[in-house]
Amino acid sequence: MQYHTPSSFSEAVTISNSADGLVKYLAGGTDVLVQLKIGNNSPDHLIDIKKIPGVKEIALREDGGWTIGAAVSGVQLTNHKKLSREWPGLVEGMELVGSAQIQSRATLVGNLCNGSPAADSVPGMIAAGATVSVVSSSGTTEVLVEDIPVGPGLTNLGTGEIITAVNLPKRNKHEGDAYLRFIPRTEMDIAVVGCAVNLSLENEVIRSAKVVLGAVGPKVEVATPAAECLLGENLDENILSIFSDKCSELAKPISDKRGSEEFRKEVIGVIAKRAAKKAYDRALGNK
Amino acid sequence: MAKDDITKSFKFIGTRPNRPDGFEKVTGRAKYGADISAVGMLHGAVLRSPYAHARIKSINFEKAAKLDGVKAIITRDDFPKDREGEPLKLLENTIAGEIAYYDGHAIAAVAATSVFTAKEALKEIEVEYEVLPHVIDVDEAMKPDAPIVRKNAGDFSVPEGSSPNVASYIEFGRGDITNGFDKADIVKSGLFKTEAAHQGYIEPHACMAQLDHNGQGEMWVCTQGHWYIRQMCSEVLDLEASKLCVTPSEIGGGFGGKTTIFIEPLALALSKKSGGRPVKIVMSRSEVLRATGPTASASMDVKIGMTKDGYLTAGCVEFRMQGGAFGGSPVSEALQCAFASYNMEAVHHIGFDVLANRPRAAAYRAPGSPMAAFAVESLIDEMCTDLDLDPIDVRLMNAVAEGSKSSYGPKFKKIGLIETLEATKEHPNYSIELGANQGRGVAAGYWMNHGGETSVSVSLAEDGSVNVSVGTPDIGGSRASIALMTAETYGIPYDSVRVNILETGALGFNEPTHGSRATLASGKAVYEAANQTIAEMCRRVAKKWQIDPDAVYWENGYAKPAGPNAGDFTPISIKQIASEMDQTGGPIAGHHESSIRGVGHSFGVHIADVEVDPETGRVTVLRYLVAQDAGRAVHPSYVEGQFQGGAVQGIGWALNEEYVYGEDGCLQNAAFLDYRIPVASDLPNIDTIIVEVPNPDHPFGVRGVGETGIAPPLPALANAVAAATKVRLRSLPMSPTKVLKALKTGNDGC
Repeated sequence: MQYHTPSSFSEAVTISNSADGLVKYLAGGTDVLVQLKIGNNSPDHLIDIKKIPGVKEIALREDGGWTIGAAVSGVQLTNHKKLSREWPGLVEGMELVGSAQIQSRATLVGNLCNGSPAADSVPGMIAAGATVSVVSSSGTTEVLVEDIPVGPGLTNLGTGEIITAVNLPKRNKHEGDAYLRFIPRTEMDIAVVGCAVNLSLENEVIRSAKVVLGAVGPKVEVATPAAECLLGENLDENILSIFSDKCSELAKPISDKRGSEEFRKEVIGVIAKRAAKKAYDRALGNK
Repeated sequence: MAKDDITKSFKFIGTRPNRPDGFEKVTGRAKYGADISAVGMLHGAVLRSPYAHARIKSINFEKAAKLDGVKAIITRDDFPKDREGEPLKLLENTIAGEIAYYDGHAIAAVAATSVFTAKEALKEIEVEYEVLPHVIDVDEAMKPDAPIVRKNAGDFSVPEGSSPNVASYIEFGRGDITNGFDKADIVKSGLFKTEAAHQGYIEPHACMAQLDHNGQGEMWVCTQGHWYIRQMCSEVLDLEASKLCVTPSEIGGGFGGKTTIFIEPLALALSKKSGGRPVKIVMSRSEVLRATGPTASASMDVKIGMTKDGYLTAGCVEFRMQGGAFGGSPVSEALQCAFASYNMEAVHHIGFDVLANRPRAAAYRAPGSPMAAFAVESLIDEMCTDLDLDPIDVRLMNAVAEGSKSSYGPKFKKIGLIETLEATKEHPNYSIELGANQGRGVAAGYWMNHGGETSVSVSLAEDGSVNVSVGTPDIGGSRASIALMTAETYGIPYDSVRVNILETGALGFNEPTHGSRATLASGKAVYEAANQTIAEMCRRVAKKWQIDPDAVYWENGYAKPAGPNAGDFTPISIKQIASEMDQTGGPIAGHHESSIRGVGHSFGVHIADVEVDPETGRVTVLRYLVAQDAGRAVHPSYVEGQFQGGAVQGIGWALNEEYVYGEDGCLQNAAFLDYRIPVASDLPNIDTIIVEVPNPDHPFGVRGVGETGIAPPLPALANAVAAATKVRLRSLPMSPTKVLKALKTGNDGC
């Protein structure tokens, strides 16, 4: 195995394109190093992107949105007061990944590229309408986060395509997001189901909504028909119940050691309902 | 708490000094199993079966042997062929012969110059398997047409017509059962199930071994009992026991799981084959879960009769327990514990030890008692609910006391169940008001405790400090408790005592730190050995004073004249006696060897408060109380630690821990991510009450305290969940999936 520390993304792309065998990227390494240790993969080339300038920066863009570098850790997000205030749902999704030690290294982009349908930070990014900047030998493109995962452990990033940053849109007033997951314990676990909701309100009525379901299909899925139930509504118990049922209906989970299909279908509705309430309260400006 | 005739005013016992091994442990200096290294050491790795049941048709390790750095490869061919009985079972479990009996069963092992090379070599070993039908569930294994795990596995006790997977059968009881049930106002029965759980010790198994061609060897190992390691390795490898010297490392938890062998004979055999180079093997967590000794899974029928006032009139149990491919489930202990807390005229017990394609069960904290408690204490709770009786009052009415003949035979001496129940009832936790979706559960539990073979020595250092040598590894603070008892015996400061845990060559045979015995048994033996040295010191002082040795007595670290008739002498301190040893007859030391008897039975009562999320089935433990009779709490902090640790392991077993198998019979959750031990934030503060009803057969009144605490949590939580939801779960774990299903359908999980 060769270990590379490129000083620019273009250098990383060059290394990747000229490499033989399996290439893996190292940011926080909280998935890759564990996989290495248990022998799940043994890459021929390990490209560490942490030495590239800017990868650990959180920047406010001129259009009012945020650009989060590929190696920004969970702790950096949590400690960023303005970002946490604007996107609490996205940040709380990241915060749920692992322990304090993991948080000091784990990254949004790593969580996304690991390709798990249960990735806790991914639903929040998708619900936020986030994009990622993908660099390759033919330049940089902006891709919606939801277009990256394609199945368990799989992304549609090709050889020499590397994510450099996550981009969040400008946050407006009367908007709010939330992410909740279900685990049997209280921490240090993997989502049995997860749901992120992002809402914008006009006179306390939902004007736009994005709902994203985790761990109930081969990849994190956008639940557009569920989001549509919320439009034009102000989230009373009746709507929440319809919304909850819709999420359960849309979920296509499997049964495995972490939960049965039946359980996941039922509980995704419960978690989605609770996440919607939380997002709505945040959009109203309540804590 | 309770004062009585054997209570003395103690100077050291009952205090809470720092443990002597604490500083090294919190600074990382203490040496655990994997911390031992030697010059020229090789690293071992083990190839394991990917199938639950398979015939091994061939093993080809030619390619692996050619790798640079590979020094030895062993298979079953490298072990003696003439083993039988228990040594054969140990050998079979250590490394498979013709058949791999479970997912993770060792097939071959490699020693190489690095861990990496050893693991690479494993990939190059070619094994041809013929997959055989497997059976995992205990009730499935009991069926007449079940896949046969091992032919002719049943012993003399197995009734005709039983499934070939029944390894042994046990039946006992007393009284007229029919008459007993006739006297009852209600008779209730139920089927209860528990899944296998792992001890979950934080330190994986590790050892380093060296063995010469002439059968002389050494081993450093993380274990609860190094004489057991010596004995088992000698039996498996056909060595002369005294030629193998085994030294224990510090130990990061055992809970019964480190009282037997797994990798140790492999390390010895690899060392021998590599020309006597030391070989270290360290298990991964996944290997620990797949291939060490979790506890049994159980399927249990219980029937109990009760009068409308709450008196228990009769009880029957039939327990079926699966303990892996070689038998050895704790079904006998489970039966003994089932009704041990209660005075019942008529009881009947039946047990089956059943084989399945799973790893061989090892001991786990009060083996068998938690399952038995789950079944019996759940059913008693159901009856209390039906009759609207207070669960503590019902237990008080039926509780065994001094003189009661236990449900399995022996008559109890002084025991503290009634005192423990009373203490629980008075605790504020029993009367805190509960909210919506919340419930409270009460349950009792029992463990008989164990004395066992013990050998210790005590020697006086030249400055009057004292060295104590024991053979029971310190898992839960036994160095501290033994030092306290020694200090008390001599009347010298706690800090003037050093307790060492010695290797197998230095003392006679010692059973492991198991059966809650280290403080009880090593403590009692040290008391005897220390008194030998005190007698010797008195003799030497008597000689000096030229009086009869009987006229000298020992108090607070001094030899004193026994009274005015003995003469007027200035007391002589232990320091002075020690400093003059070379002039007065040489070293002063004492020793004691025996099978320690007079264990104090220990009863515990727990109260659990839970809240159940009605929409997700998730159970949150709100508060938790452990009350248990410790006899005498030598070091109360470590007694509380044992109470809390038992409760936490029981909570894990009750709520989320389980062995999850796929259709292929392979373990699906061989990692702590999915084998869900509670994390700190899952738990409330565990409140404790130390009840002290001294054990009359121990010099300081000690009862073993380590094990009882894991039994009551299983039923206490089931009873609390039933109180919160009005739905009874009769199958563990009460995972959210199972609880939610029960809430929706009333299904009890069985």
